[in-house]
Amino acid sequence: MARLADVLPVPAGAGMARTLVERNYRSFRRTWTIIVSGFFEPVFYLFAMGVGVGALVGDVDAGDGRLVPYAVFVAPALLAASAMNGAVFDSTTNVFFKLKYAKLYDSVLATPLGPRDVAVGEITWALLRGLVYAAAFLLVATLAGAVTSWWAVLTLPAATLVGWAFASVGMAVATYMRTWADFDWLQLAILPMFLFSATFFPLSAYPAAVQGVVQATPLYHGVAMIRDLMLGQVTGGMAVHVGYLAVMGAVGTVWTGRRIERLLLR
Amino acid sequence: MTAGAAAPMIRARGLVKEFGSFTAVDGIDVDVMPGEAFGFLGPNGAGKSSTMRMIGCVSPPTAGELTVLGMDPRTHGAAIRARLGVVPQRDTLDEELTVEENIWVYGRYFGIPRAEVRRRAAELLDFAQLADRAGSVVEPLSGGMKRRLTIARGLVNSPSILLLDEPTTGLDPQARHVLWDRLFRLKREGVTLVLTTHYMDEAEQLCDRLVVMDHGRIVAEGSPRSLIAEHSTREVLELRLDTLDHAEHVGAVEGVAERVEVLPDRLLLYVDDGERAQSEVVRRGVEPVSALVRRSTLEDVFLHLTGRTLVD
Repeated sequence: MARLADVLPVPAGAGMARTLVERNYRSFRRTWTIIVSGFFEPVFYLFAMGVGVGALVGDVDAGDGRLVPYAVFVAPALLAASAMNGAVFDSTTNVFFKLKYAKLYDSVLATPLGPRDVAVGEITWALLRGLVYAAAFLLVATLAGAVTSWWAVLTLPAATLVGWAFASVGMAVATYMRTWADFDWLQLAILPMFLFSATFFPLSAYPAAVQGVVQATPLYHGVAMIRDLMLGQVTGGMAVHVGYLAVMGAVGTVWTGRRIERLLLR
Repeated sequence: MTAGAAAPMIRARGLVKEFGSFTAVDGIDVDVMPGEAFGFLGPNGAGKSSTMRMIGCVSPPTAGELTVLGMDPRTHGAAIRARLGVVPQRDTLDEELTVEENIWVYGRYFGIPRAEVRRRAAELLDFAQLADRAGSVVEPLSGGMKRRLTIARGLVNSPSILLLDEPTTGLDPQARHVLWDRLFRLKREGVTLVLTTHYMDEAEQLCDRLVVMDHGRIVAEGSPRSLIAEHSTREVLELRLDTLDHAEHVGAVEGVAERVEVLPDRLLLYVDDGERAQSEVVRRGVEPVSALVRRSTLEDVFLHLTGRTLVD
């Protein structure tokens, strides 16, 4: 990140973001139970939708004409959603608390760390949380028989990318929040994305006009990328998904750094 | 500042900080020398904290020159902050961590190796008289303990300058004295202390030299003693009268004092000999409910310079 930062017009930093990750790890060791609870949501969905509803639905078209059991179709989407949920929760709720109430970044910015370090450190921590959720989910999905290809190993770096994209934009958005009530608006964006990003039914199920809208949302690209990997359908088209999420991550990171600078270094 | 003296640790010329149309700091000149305990004295809103934030490289100056440790905060913020210790007005301790973890984690922000930071934390907790609370969480600590921990945390990088923004505001008298004692020790060790306060006794106790600020400007500068000598008299006679308006009685004491200040609840007579002034007042038939002779303080200096009291 440090070398990239020299090239991009990003806010000042000392390349010390890892020390903030260390700080979060130390704090996490005392509060790990809160984190564990977030892992269960997609697991419940896997069994309720994939296994339960899947028994009624039967096989579905995986996108390339191939028919797969519904659980195999849904599992990759839930893995992407796990990465998103972990990253978004940490980068919004936790960051908002640290920014507004704990005043953590005020004391951090009095040290050599700059706004870029705060952005990179917090976003890294949030994406790690997304990655941990995704990895745990992958294990459960494998045990449940919903993973069919060795390509699935690559879903972990893919989940990291999804985590980065959502953590960075999530943290930038969190800097605009004024009260806890504003988080309802966030849910209003996250929930439909979770339900309608070709998560539970394929893109072809939508009317043509709506397909464009779905394809514009970030979770769609995360779901499509991870689904292709898990089903072993690796094609050049994946570059679009990777590119979309990488640009989102980079823009979100710079945006967050600028916001921190603007709010705290006045 | 004589020629050939060491270079100042902090140097400001015409330093300005504006927030929109509000001017918080209005062109101040400051030199802080190595090893000095330097104070910014003034009421709330005088521009002290804004000045401290600019020195701490967390607030870019709007105009003017500022050099800290020979460097420009605009371009070398991180390098300067690496050598500063900061004790903010409001404790910003990490409440999710224990007492010792607060120092470890903060030391890591300075890139100090883990083993070294643990060694320093043990020393600093001794210094802050918190060694027996090392493993406790921060939240239940008393105000004085939190303040000492904040200072210990600010010392983890062995700073060249320690910036203290209102270090004892909100502490009880005993906690203040413990804190002052710790600050004296640091001063003796050669740490340059820069502090803001609206307590004149704190400024008199701790500062070698200070500036009095009001409305973003410096209205006086010097050692506490020289400021008192220059802007006040040796003694002050305080008279409380049985009246609704003390201003009505200024005429009755005219000529007794060099200067008379009227406060809502008393008259302050600035004199060289308080006892003699008191007998003169009584001889004139003024019968105060109470009379007190005391030495002049920085409060009197501030009152004289601005016409207002420091702490309302």
